[in-house]
Amino acid sequence: MNLQIVMLLGQDGITNGAIYALLALSILLVFTVTRILLIPQGEFVAFAALTMAAMQGGTPVRLGWLLLALAAAALVMDSHAAWRRDGRIAVRRGPALGVAYAAGLTALTTLVPLAEAGVALQALVTMALIVPLGLALYRVFYQPIAAAHPLVLLIVSIAVHVVLVGVGLLMFGPEGARTEPFSDGGLRLGMVMLNSQTIWVVAVSLALILGLYLFFERSLYGKALRAAAVNRLGAELVGISPELAGKASFALAALIGSLSGILIAPITTIYYDSGFIISLKGFVGAIIGGLASYPVAALGALLIGQAESFSTFWASSYKEVIVFTLILPVLVWRSLSHHGAEDEE
Amino acid sequence: MSAPLLEVTDLCVSYGKIEALSNASLRVGEGQIVTVIGPNGAGKTTLLSAIMGVLPSRGRVSFLGHDGQSPAIQDMVARGMSLVPEKRALFATMSVEDNLRLGGFRFHSRSKREQDAAMEELYSLFPRLKERRGQMAATLSGGERQMLALARALMGGPKLLMLDEPSLGLAPLIVREVFRIIAELRSKGVSILLIEQNARAALRVADYAYVLELGRIAMEGPASQLAHDPRVVAAYLGMAGKHQEMLAS
Repeated sequence: MNLQIVMLLGQDGITNGAIYALLALSILLVFTVTRILLIPQGEFVAFAALTMAAMQGGTPVRLGWLLLALAAAALVMDSHAAWRRDGRIAVRRGPALGVAYAAGLTALTTLVPLAEAGVALQALVTMALIVPLGLALYRVFYQPIAAAHPLVLLIVSIAVHVVLVGVGLLMFGPEGARTEPFSDGGLRLGMVMLNSQTIWVVAVSLALILGLYLFFERSLYGKALRAAAVNRLGAELVGISPELAGKASFALAALIGSLSGILIAPITTIYYDSGFIISLKGFVGAIIGGLASYPVAALGALLIGQAESFSTFWASSYKEVIVFTLILPVLVWRSLSHHGAEDEE
Repeated sequence: MSAPLLEVTDLCVSYGKIEALSNASLRVGEGQIVTVIGPNGAGKTTLLSAIMGVLPSRGRVSFLGHDGQSPAIQDMVARGMSLVPEKRALFATMSVEDNLRLGGFRFHSRSKREQDAAMEELYSLFPRLKERRGQMAATLSGGERQMLALARALMGGPKLLMLDEPSLGLAPLIVREVFRIIAELRSKGVSILLIEQNARAALRVADYAYVLELGRIAMEGPASQLAHDPRVVAAYLGMAGKHQEMLAS
């Protein structure tokens, strides 16, 4: 193994690690705000990649139909809730707009050929499909049981994941797909050729992390989301609705997931069920951060990326085993250094 | 008497088969301080939680003319009800200033200038918090945390402020400060529903009082009368109460 190979593997590791870091942050965000382990996080990644590929390949984009179905379900559930509360059926504006939006976007993606639209526009349409999908998933599957035990939430998460993988097979078929790189060429840095997609991944990840940091540290809404994670009762008492916080965290998770999918689609072939293993690696990063610390989770995810990349070189058939074994020493260390739950006060 | 700000009628709360609160009725008039005293486990915290909508309940809660059963917490906050729970429920890992800004979250559409003005007004009432504005809430002392909890609730501009044991676990000097602030708030027109173990101090500051025992309202009356009722004196203002009183003064 010479320096050039080390640099090459390191570059690969950073690319993957940056994606895992994004997913780790997203899993952490959703967990701290809602106590839901977002297993379907990976589906956002896979659906985004495959939707991009479908647009570029000129095959039908079917994701809009899923969004439309979920938006319609949300509308029915909201109307039902209003009926149970007030004794009369009232169609509220929010969910009705949601259905109209989904219908419009479905029409756009089915009728307008987007193959020649350019990567930026395709990415925009993909995110416009997937971010509201996150919202709708929260409304339909999690909001009715928001107060349930975390174990129940986990079981529902697994169910939603399994269903979505099945729906993914229906929408995208069993074949894998890869998209065109954002730009050609690369950057020569000494003896190493930096792949252009690596630069894209790292740059977009950094920008997104910076944006999230500013959102959570500077804006009142970001602080409100953090507050909902720190103290649920306190947040409710100052008028931060847990439903709104849940929806916002799911929308952010979907945004991060779809961006990740768009970013890695030119590097790896993505199948309808590829999302799970990708987000699982982000999850390992989040565990390294103790499901509490954002910087440690991001660093943990970068470590996973490197471990994966180097184990591909030395023992490629044991790659996944090595990566997931990393979680064991962390868990042992955490359980040894853990001194029981601390009181809120 | 004009229509009360808050009127609670036959409120019941059950934990499984155990009824923690049975047919409790009370009213708080505009600009009044009303206190509920009673022993540990009488259901005082349950009462406040049910009024705020934190706990599901049966019976009627009418606040500012809106009448309903088992209110929703968001509606209550939006109408100007504010609860400072016994555990404070602060945002421990966030700064004092962030805690206060979030206290005014229901006015999030207000301009930054208006929000800053509200903060400054509050800081004049709690100068200590201004000194500690950049500090994390978890690093404050017990007394400062109680002040922060109170101040955060006031940022929401409440019409009715409900305080659950605001003096619990605080040093006597701070307890006095808490009651001074409660009296000052009344002069600013905030109505207060106060729950206290320190019955003597509570009865001194309040206009009207209820005694809650085993989930039922056992007695009620103007606070000054209740403070001289032999049963209240025996149960709540005996030597133990006297002792607390000495400490507090």
